[in-house]
Amino acid sequence: MRYSIFSLARQALSGHRGWRPAWRDAAPRDAYDVVIVGGGGHGLATAHYLARNHGITNVAVIEKGWIGGGNAGRNTTIIRSNYGLPGNIPFYEWSMKLWEGLEQDLNYNAMVSQRGVLNLYHSDAQRDAYVRRGNAMRLHGVDAELLDREGVRRIAPFLNFDNARFPIQGGLLQPRGGTARHDAVVWGYARAASARGVDIVQNAEVTGFLRGPGGRIAGVETSRGTIRANKVAVAVAGNSSRVAAMAGFRLPIESHVLQAFVSEALKPLIPGVITFGAGHFYVSQSDKGGLVFGGDIDGYNSYAQRGNLPVVEDVCEGGMAIMPMIGRARLLRSWGGIMDMSMDGSPIIDHAPVPGLYLNAGWCYGGFKATPASGWCFAHLIARDEPHPVATDFRLDRFAAGRMVDEKGQGAQPNLH
Amino acid sequence: MRVKCPYCGDRDVHEFVYRGDAAPVRPAADAGEAAFADYVYLRDNPAGPIAEHWYHAQGCRNWLVVERDTRSHAIAAVRLAREAAR
Repeated sequence: MRYSIFSLARQALSGHRGWRPAWRDAAPRDAYDVVIVGGGGHGLATAHYLARNHGITNVAVIEKGWIGGGNAGRNTTIIRSNYGLPGNIPFYEWSMKLWEGLEQDLNYNAMVSQRGVLNLYHSDAQRDAYVRRGNAMRLHGVDAELLDREGVRRIAPFLNFDNARFPIQGGLLQPRGGTARHDAVVWGYARAASARGVDIVQNAEVTGFLRGPGGRIAGVETSRGTIRANKVAVAVAGNSSRVAAMAGFRLPIESHVLQAFVSEALKPLIPGVITFGAGHFYVSQSDKGGLVFGGDIDGYNSYAQRGNLPVVEDVCEGGMAIMPMIGRARLLRSWGGIMDMSMDGSPIIDHAPVPGLYLNAGWCYGGFKATPASGWCFAHLIARDEPHPVATDFRLDRFAAGRMVDEKGQGAQPNLH
Repeated sequence: MRVKCPYCGDRDVHEFVYRGDAAPVRPAADAGEAAFADYVYLRDNPAGPIAEHWYHAQGCRNWLVVERDTRSHAIAAVRLAREAAR
């Protein structure tokens, strides 16, 4: 069923009894051309673009739990392309362009809301760094605007401009940045892929790989049986190392826990996404009214999907430093998600070191905004066995070869990226 | 999470700095590029028990080897790194 104002009106007149499930909850078949491991945003987007761009529809997406139940449901929904390195900017800008046409492409309301992403600066040196990043963005055709103090005041008059330690001097604004509804992105991709014939198989956890001649990957063993496949693509960020271990190789990745928070619902208050430049704190307001915010990862290896109190304190202190009024809001919920923290802070979209296996991993805590381009480029790699032009730097061998894409310049210390 | 420092006793995780997996061992100087790339970048990243280096920065400033489960954050044992190295 195509969604439109007419389908809505028709359903309204018939008491909304005619709505059907948006996608097919399939049972696994014996064999597919491509099996995608991981039913999050990236895996489902990959399935959609495999079908849409490359005509490959004999595809299964297998998910250990329910689709969107991992990091796709645990992020803070921010979309932006305000990066500074040549390896990153074209990729994230392609993602932003796909976000801008996503709802028409999927015929699904993903609530993409381009209300702007504002990074505050608090010193002359930080202003210079932001000028440099803004110029790099504009040279790549990305929108960026440097605001002075008064420019920031026009957007967010409620900020604490005269904090004794970190007075706000201005900000770098990406007006096209904003937020999207994370669950709707998952459901929209699932619906579009399912409509083109992709099987979405839930509650099927991968327990091992089938090997063919020469050690080539020939399929997967799952908790719902064996599935053969010509190509197996892994998009399981958070658990990439575990799946790689089953295939017999190690990755330049550590799994870390990132916490996020939401307040009780408030009247419209925060105009877009605002980030604190002197600590690590970012906040936006959901359409339901909750303030959605977060900060640093906890900093130690974890698969536990929950964090500790020092980071809760640190994030709240960051919020209080730039936005003292936030202290009046009550915290509704906090949660944790497991990040693939890579050794240079950038992702990997490449052939795995085992033939027949494709790898999409290492998204650190920036995977949500990348969902459309990640799927687009991963589908390109799987279909054509060559990297997409905007993702050529996300190679697995860049670490050994010394071609890091290190946006923060922290070196091989994953908990600092 | 609390870490039982062998020198200071049971202390909040806030006082410690995390370094990472204690398993990688620096290769010999002539071991070659592949061995060093492996040492610097590749990790086992286990879901389960792991031995890690923690530094008690806001305490006794000892380096520790902490045995911890990454699925539950439960800590099984803590030793001084210089004793673990013996």
